[in-house]
Amino acid sequence: MTITNIAVCGIGGQGVMTATEILAEAALSLGFDVKKTEVAGMSQRGGVVTSHLRFGPQVLSPQIMPGEADLLVGFEAAEALRWAHMLKPGGVALVNQGRFVPPVVTIGLYDYPEDPIAEMRRLGLAVFDFDASALAMQLGNIRLGNTVMLGAMSDRLPFPADVLRKAVLDRFGTRKPELLELNREAFELGRAAVAQPAPAQAIA
Amino acid sequence: MEPGRALTKLVRFDPEPVREDLPMGAALPETAPSRLFLSGNEAVALAVRDAGCRVAAAYPGTPATEILEELSRFPDLYTEWSVNEKVSLEVALGASMVGARAFCAMKHVGLNVAADALMTMTVTGTEGGLVIAVADDVGMSSSQNEQDSRFWARFAHLPLFEPADAQESYDMAREAFAVSERFRCPAIVRMTTRICHVKGRVVPAEREAHEPAGFVKDPQRWVMVPGHAKPRVALMYEREEALRASAQQSPFNVLVEGGDRRIGFVTSGPAYMHVRETFPDAPVFKLGQSYPLPLERLRAFAAGVDQLLVVEETEPLVESELRAAGIACAGKDVLPRVGELSPDRLRPAVARLRGEEVPASAQPRLVPQQVFPRPPTMCVACPHLGIYYTLAQLRNLTISGDIGCYTLGAGHPWNALDTCISMGASMGVALGMDKGRGPADAKKAVIAVIGDSTFMHMGMQGLLDITWNRGNVTVLLLDNRAVGMTGGQDNPGTGRDIHGESAQRVDFAKLCEALGVKKERIHTLDPYELPTLFKTLRDEIKVPEPSVIITDRPCVLIDDYKPTQPYKVIADKCTGCANCIDVGCPAIHVTRRETQVKPSGKEVELAFVRIETSACTGCGLCVQPCAPEAIVHALPEHPVKFLHAKI
Repeated sequence: MTITNIAVCGIGGQGVMTATEILAEAALSLGFDVKKTEVAGMSQRGGVVTSHLRFGPQVLSPQIMPGEADLLVGFEAAEALRWAHMLKPGGVALVNQGRFVPPVVTIGLYDYPEDPIAEMRRLGLAVFDFDASALAMQLGNIRLGNTVMLGAMSDRLPFPADVLRKAVLDRFGTRKPELLELNREAFELGRAAVAQPAPAQAIA
Repeated sequence: MEPGRALTKLVRFDPEPVREDLPMGAALPETAPSRLFLSGNEAVALAVRDAGCRVAAAYPGTPATEILEELSRFPDLYTEWSVNEKVSLEVALGASMVGARAFCAMKHVGLNVAADALMTMTVTGTEGGLVIAVADDVGMSSSQNEQDSRFWARFAHLPLFEPADAQESYDMAREAFAVSERFRCPAIVRMTTRICHVKGRVVPAEREAHEPAGFVKDPQRWVMVPGHAKPRVALMYEREEALRASAQQSPFNVLVEGGDRRIGFVTSGPAYMHVRETFPDAPVFKLGQSYPLPLERLRAFAAGVDQLLVVEETEPLVESELRAAGIACAGKDVLPRVGELSPDRLRPAVARLRGEEVPASAQPRLVPQQVFPRPPTMCVACPHLGIYYTLAQLRNLTISGDIGCYTLGAGHPWNALDTCISMGASMGVALGMDKGRGPADAKKAVIAVIGDSTFMHMGMQGLLDITWNRGNVTVLLLDNRAVGMTGGQDNPGTGRDIHGESAQRVDFAKLCEALGVKKERIHTLDPYELPTLFKTLRDEIKVPEPSVIITDRPCVLIDDYKPTQPYKVIADKCTGCANCIDVGCPAIHVTRRETQVKPSGKEVELAFVRIETSACTGCGLCVQPCAPEAIVHALPEHPVKFLHAKI
C-alpha cells in the first residue's frame, strides 16, 4: 500500500489550505482515497499553518510523521526550514523565497534566519526555490502566487501535471472566468521555475 | 475557500490516464464511486440535515464553529447563533420537548457552560432526538485548556459516540438521533480537532423526514421540582443499564482482527486511525459507542491477547473502567497524558511495553531546526492595537482579560493583559482583585478588558455584580461587531443574524447603563484616536467607581471594515525612535538597527522602519506616535493631517 505524503506549510492568509484543497481535488479525481488535515488554530492572526495531504489506495491516519513526507511545499522560506524535518530521505522541498517577518522579529526578540533555504541545503535536502510573488507580479497580480506554487508542485506528483492544472482551473476559473488564462500562465511559470535540477549540496 | 462549498459540490471521479513513470511509485486504486470530500464538521452538519433535524443552535468555538456555519446554509431547518452554549442547549431541549429533532454544537469548554442544563435534561429526558456535538481541542491549538468531554457523558449517564473520521462523523451523528429517540435522552457525539478539521471521503445515507409530534403537558416529567425529580433519577439509572446492554450490540463497537496478539489495542476516536496505521497486524477493539462501555465484549477481547493497551485521548477514562471491572490493561502508564496520540508517540510507548528497543524508524531523520516562534498576532489595523498600545503606556494597572482576539494583548510588544480564564471571567476576576487587594495593590487601578460577544456570552452578569457590589473597576468593552477569533460570526451586537439578515441590535451604552453603570461613566469612543483613548482611560481609572469605555471600530476581517489610503515611511525622516513599533502592527518592519550614544553617554537602541504599504489599510495608529512626521500617505505624497498624540 503506497501512500503519497505532501506537507504544505506557510502562514495564515497565504492560501496554504486552499492549495492543499486543490491538490486533494486532483487526487480525488483519480479515485484515490484522500485525507487532508491541518493545524491552523489561530492562523488567521499570522500564525503558522501546516496542511498535510495523504493519498493512496486507503489512508488511515491523516497525519504525516516527521521524516515521512515525499514533498514539502513551503509558502514562506523560514516556515520551510521549520518543517524541513518532515521530509523523508530523498524527499524534495519546493520553497517560495518570499519572507514574512513576524512582529516578534520586528521588535527585536528573535532573528529571522539569514538564509533559510541555504540552511535547508546544508541539511542535505534537495531544494527548489523560486520567488512566487515576483512570478505572480510578472502577470500583474500578486494573488496568482498560489497558482504559481501549485504549478511548481505539478511535476512532482504521482500523476500528470494536467490533472492538477485542471483542478486549479476548475477552482479559480469557474469563479472568475477572466482569470482563467492568467491562472494557466501562472501555473506554467511555477512549473518552469523548478524545471532545472535542484542545486543541492549533500553533506557527506 | 468559502466554507460550505464542498457540501454542494459532489466530487465526480473522472479518471485520467496516469503516466507510467510515477515519481513516487503510488499505485492507483480501482475507480471509486462518487463521494463527498468533507471535514468532520461538514459531515456532522450534513448528517444533522439528513436526519430531519428541525432546530440547531450553537455559540462559535474552535474547532466546532463550522458545524453551525454549514448547517445555516441549508434552507431545511432553523439555525441560530445563540448567546452562549447553555442557551443553545436549552433551545435544543425546547425543540425536543415539542417533538422536533434538535441539535447543538460546542467546543469542549462550551459544554462546561451548558452543563447546568445538561445535568437536568438527562433527568427529564428528551422527546425529539437531541444530539450534542462537542469538540475537544486535543493538543490545544486554540483553547485555554485541554479537557476530555467524554466525562460529561459518564457524569450525565448519556450515550456517547466517538467518530474516527469524517465518514464516521456522518454515520454516528445519524445514529445518535436514533439512539436519542430510542432511549429518550440526549446523545453526545464527541469529536476532537483531528476529526473536526480533517477532510476525507464521505458517502451520505438517505435523508429522512421527521415531523414534531407536539408538546404533551406532563409536569411530572418537565417540571423538575424535587418531588418530580426523585422518581426520574431512578429512571435515569434504569436507562443507563439499558444503554449498557445496547452498547454490547452497537455496530460501532467492532473487533478488528489481527495476527500479532502480543498487544491488543482498545481505542476510540482519531487514535484508532493512528493505531491501525502504526500496528496494522495487531488486533484492535474499536470503540465507537464508548459510553456505557461494552464491558463483556472487552473482557472477551482481553482474554485473547497477551496484553491490553488502551489508547484514548486524553484522560484514562476507558482504562479506569476496565481496571475497575477487573480487566488488566496498560494505558496512561506508558502513553503520554497530554496531546494527541499520533504514530510517532505510539511507537516508542508500545516498544517499551513489549520490552523492545525503541525502533529507529520512530526517530525523525532530521532534527527540527530552531526557527523563531511565530505566535498569532493581531491583524494589520486591528482596532485592538490602539487599546493595547495605550494600556502599555500607562503604569500601575492590573488588567483582567478575557477570551477573544484581544487575549493576544498579553503578548509582545504590549504585554498588557494579566489574566485569561474563561468566557466573561474578566469581570468577576477584576471585582475580586479590587475587593481582595491589600497594600501591595492599593495604588493599582483594576481594568477589565472584554469583547462584545464575550460580554454578551457571560460578561454581563459579571458587570452587574461589579455595579451592585460597588466595585472599582474600569471596563474596556471592545466592540468590534464580530466574534473575531472564530472567523467573524455575528452576535446580538452586530445587528445581523446567522444568515446575515437584519436583526435586533443591542445598544451597549444603554445596556451598561441598565446594568447600573452611571451614564457619565460610560464613554463610547474611536480606538484609532489615541489621545482621546489615553485621556479617557487615565481619567476613568481615577474615579473610584465602575466605568465602561466602549470602543466601536469593526474587526478588519469583516465587511463593515473599510480600508483607507495606506501609509509609507519616508526613510530620511525616520529617526529610529521605534515608537511606531510599539503599536504592534504587522505591517511595520525594521530595516536596520543602530546603537546611538547620547551626549550623556547613555546608549540608545534605534530601529529604523518601513511600512509594507501593500498590507497597510490606513488606520493611522502608527502615525500618531511618530514625532518626526516620517509616516505619510503612500499616494498621493503628502503629510497626514493627524494630531500628534502627546503621550
